[in-house]
Amino acid sequence: MIEMNLTLNGKPVAARVDPDLLLIDFLRDHGCLSVKRGCETSNCGLCTVLMDGTPILSCSMLAVRAAGHTIQTLEGLQEEAADFVGFIADQGADQCGFCNPGFVMNTIALLRENPDPTDDEIRGFLAGNLCRCSGYEGQLRGIRSYLDSRGKGGTSHGE
Amino acid sequence: MITIQNYVQAESLDEAWQLNQKRNARVLGGMLWLKMGQNPVGTAIDLCKLGLDTIEEEESSFSIGAMVTLRALEKHPSLNAWTHGMAARALQPIVGVQFRNMATVGGSLWGRFGFSDVLTLFLALDTKVELHKRGLVPLEQFTAMDYDNDILVRAVVRKVPCRLSYQAMRIQRTDLPVLTCAVCQLEGETRAVIGARPGKALVIRDDTGLLQGGITAESAAAFADYVTGKVPMGSNSRGSAAYRSHLCRVLTRRATLELGGQAQ
Amino acid sequence: MANEPNNRYSDYKEIHKPVRKKDAMQLLLGKPVYTDDITPKDALVVKILRSPHANAIVREINTALALKVPGVVAVYTWQDVPRNRFTIAGQTYPEPSPYDRLILDRHVRFAGDAVAIIAAETEKAALKAMKLIKVAYEVLPAVLDFHTAKDNPVLVHPEEDWVPPCPVGGDNRRNLVASDTNSDGDVEAVLAGCDIVLDRTYHTKAYNQAMMETFRTYAELDRYGRLHIISSTQIVFHVRRILSRALGIPMSKIRVEKPRIGGGFGAKQTAVCEVYPAFVTWMTGRPSKLIYTREESQIAGSPRHEMQVRVRLGADREGHIRAIDMYTLSNSGAYGEHGPTTVGLSGHKSIPMYTGNLEAYRFCYDVVYTNHQAAGAYRGYGATQGIFALETTVSELAERLGIDPTVIRDRNMVREGMKMSSYYNEMANACALDRCMEHCRRIFHWDEKYPVRDMGNGKVRAAGVAMAMQGSCISNVDVGSATVKLSEDGTYLLIIGAADMGTGCDTILAQMAAECLDCSVDDIAVFGADTDVSPYDSGSYASSTTYVTGKAVEKACAELKEKICQIAAGMLHCAPDAVVFEGRRVRRIDTDESVTLRDIGYKTQVFNSTAAEATASHSSPVSPPPYMVGMVEIELDRETGLVTILNYMAVVDCGIPINPALARIQTEGGIVQGIGHTLMENVQYDANGKPVERSFLQYKIPTRLDMGHLRVEFEHSFEPTGPFGAKSIGEIVINTPAPAIAHAIYRATGVWHREIPITPEQIALAVPEDQG
Repeated sequence: MIEMNLTLNGKPVAARVDPDLLLIDFLRDHGCLSVKRGCETSNCGLCTVLMDGTPILSCSMLAVRAAGHTIQTLEGLQEEAADFVGFIADQGADQCGFCNPGFVMNTIALLRENPDPTDDEIRGFLAGNLCRCSGYEGQLRGIRSYLDSRGKGGTSHGE
Repeated sequence: MITIQNYVQAESLDEAWQLNQKRNARVLGGMLWLKMGQNPVGTAIDLCKLGLDTIEEEESSFSIGAMVTLRALEKHPSLNAWTHGMAARALQPIVGVQFRNMATVGGSLWGRFGFSDVLTLFLALDTKVELHKRGLVPLEQFTAMDYDNDILVRAVVRKVPCRLSYQAMRIQRTDLPVLTCAVCQLEGETRAVIGARPGKALVIRDDTGLLQGGITAESAAAFADYVTGKVPMGSNSRGSAAYRSHLCRVLTRRATLELGGQAQ
Repeated sequence: MANEPNNRYSDYKEIHKPVRKKDAMQLLLGKPVYTDDITPKDALVVKILRSPHANAIVREINTALALKVPGVVAVYTWQDVPRNRFTIAGQTYPEPSPYDRLILDRHVRFAGDAVAIIAAETEKAALKAMKLIKVAYEVLPAVLDFHTAKDNPVLVHPEEDWVPPCPVGGDNRRNLVASDTNSDGDVEAVLAGCDIVLDRTYHTKAYNQAMMETFRTYAELDRYGRLHIISSTQIVFHVRRILSRALGIPMSKIRVEKPRIGGGFGAKQTAVCEVYPAFVTWMTGRPSKLIYTREESQIAGSPRHEMQVRVRLGADREGHIRAIDMYTLSNSGAYGEHGPTTVGLSGHKSIPMYTGNLEAYRFCYDVVYTNHQAAGAYRGYGATQGIFALETTVSELAERLGIDPTVIRDRNMVREGMKMSSYYNEMANACALDRCMEHCRRIFHWDEKYPVRDMGNGKVRAAGVAMAMQGSCISNVDVGSATVKLSEDGTYLLIIGAADMGTGCDTILAQMAAECLDCSVDDIAVFGADTDVSPYDSGSYASSTTYVTGKAVEKACAELKEKICQIAAGMLHCAPDAVVFEGRRVRRIDTDESVTLRDIGYKTQVFNSTAAEATASHSSPVSPPPYMVGMVEIELDRETGLVTILNYMAVVDCGIPINPALARIQTEGGIVQGIGHTLMENVQYDANGKPVERSFLQYKIPTRLDMGHLRVEFEHSFEPTGPFGAKSIGEIVINTPAPAIAHAIYRATGVWHREIPITPEQIALAVPEDQG
């Protein structure tokens, strides 16, 4: 067991963990049930969380490697997410919802890094977030209509 | 499910090296491939405290720490300017942003994976890897070496004026490649690097001077034929040896022609 | 020419509206709503030891060491389970699928088949125990090529107690799950008189649904000692029946509910993993949970049936299609789930599209056992395979005759008012297929995109087209039910047994209820599905929920309105036929006095003998097909063989779309799955019968960079037997990509690829066939 401290969704957390505990399991044990596992091969993006603001795969990170860092899950970013997810709901693109938390987290990361992305930049940044239900186009329409609603006369990069 | 008995953040390279002498010790990179392994790990050695997560640009070289992520590499402005944007082209199809935020240069090069875009890219450049005990070793030599207990500290890429083209064939856009191909001209030498054969990438030089008279449609095709003849191919679920040879010819010719259009 | 229905939907208040899904914000904000989120963390962890061999007998199995691992509670082998064979196919009783399974069988029939069940306090302990179970296998020769399965000396199911609950032509002594022939007219005679006959054979593979949430089930004993199952399933009632048979306990001892489901696409129309934790909990009395890894979902799930489809199609020189003869060989794998039924759709949901000039048809099939992973239900359910074969043949016919492939379809397609002899003689009462074709041609700019365009550097652009149909339920079988209850404040609760697996059926059924009850969708709460609470519903499959359960909602609402009027009449001192229901109130016609719904609601709780709730069931003698046209534009690299999808456009006739936003997403999602099957999702077995594509590292589903631009539009028809004119949408949408893309690849290369996926290698190395 290893002692560790980290900041989880704005709150300090002290824990004793096994060295091989994965961050995803640590987070789910700490009530962050939005974090989902979709594969064992780092391919699906469902488990995306932010470490020091950077999107990572929590299924592929040891919990101990998060010691001293700041981790944010969707539980901690409800307001930032609520800004735009309604536009995705309006498209019906939430569908089964199982990929939504990872997709929303990575979209947050995208919009922080690039507040006015083109459609191709959106596709590129979110390429590691798989979705089997929606066919992706509705997710894109949702993000685009959010950006356009925010644009207030700014030029749209949508196609 | 991975099992790890101990986890240590090494305070020095010497400590990391010492810990790594045990048989089932592992140095952690991004852990993306390590995680899928079935073998139990005794001590997992983390180099995160050693300041190896930076790209330092010096007058004659880029020094890229082992813990630099692929994402940092793909976004590095001067590295990309210097590689004609090929670093980004090579790395961006790798799974996704989150994956590339974790995968490290050290882990990718140490693994010497057959499918590696990273290895193909760096082999095309004048790259040495710095091993803690052995010191600087040309990447091509390192690629052929057996796995040992040394520690990969950084990659050093000499800044020689170069022309470079990177090509890869993927069935699905973020999948492992069916074949990778980089063609680079530096200091008058042209080399093609063919990876995902599916074995480890091989470097083929234009030893017979097919391109010495300049890059034309004909000379590019001749070089592509030459390279294809030199590279042994294998089959796996993504493609047969015959298809890989076919791709090798196509991608090498295209890369060579693209490089012909670049300023040195 | 069929006409646009008279905008019958324009008067609707809640129907034909893009209402947000009722659970949308919960899902998008990551709330804990799935099986693993809502069940206890400290349940026993259940793991399955799986056979490494494709066909073997467990000669010895020693669990002593495994049982000594700290934290291990139980290890079960074939000796510990009931000997009553069952099927895990989620189908109405008596199931067409054979009873060919035990919870654990001594005979393991595919690489991945269950050998032992381990229950432990932690995952680590369970996995450690798994490694310590010693098994001695007698490895048997395996049937790994489905072409050689029928009458092979190696039998997949040699057991004496193999039971087919329905007569479907199966025979376990011949490796035959099912077999049948049906026809109309003299197909050989008509073919003999045709100007051109194409005889072509196609092959499609056992694609995995790859829903994001893998199979998972939680089990506990409730406060009455009943077995309470919480599972990610499309079929709560069938699961209850399956468990009752498998465990040998009465249904009164079992309760099955589903929370939100992380995708199904048919995979969860089979009780893939429910029996294991159910057995553990029944034996130990302790809560248990089984969560399949992605690898288990890939190798021991319930994928599509691999099929070989031979089409003989005869036409005259003008392209009038006169006869179709189809033979399908279907690979059911090691067990027979959905084997006898999926195969039927390969013919019955492809041939009827060409009813126009069809003089004769014949459709025959064999479904065989092999030592591959057992197949099951996957969106499209056999129609997808048959439509790939028939549509590709029709495109080839058009190309050979020099007729535009959209025009040849205009010339032959089924139209409104036609009787479909190859579709159980059903009438096409609502059919806008002709308008779909016209509409799609226009938005796609078919005339500009159909000619092959050379883009230089070895790249060409080309287009392809395909049509599709499906059903809207299993006619004469499926039962949908709904209960509607009035709450005292005047809002309603709608209780269903259908399963929203992300599709949005909770929401569209609420839209229907709101339309019937003249209120807002927000006034309708929806609950489903729970065998203790929900009225019986076959479950969400066969595209049936909108069409069948929707009609049940309509009926239940009508009954409830009558009861509300009856109660209100008492309050207004008049006969029930003297009042009128007006949504928020009930009014007495002659005096104009009224009582509010809220007043009525509270009245139901005081000195009242009329229950303010209604339950209705619905079943349909017909299964009206939705129709669709898809067109694709690709860029193909002739040197590498890489196909890039540029544009995919589709026009769908699903009757009246209840929720156009959700219908559109269904369509887009189905198209992208179809693109995946056609270009990148491969299913390969090694020489020992082990699947190669065992993970998302190997089984590559499309990313958002793999599908180009989608555009989906609708042509409305009005289905008289459906709720508010609706037909189905869920499955048809997966059917056009394979034939449309194969057609476009032919245009770009001159080669017809008759096996999917069509890999870049196959394209780059293909040798153009003799056009004779």
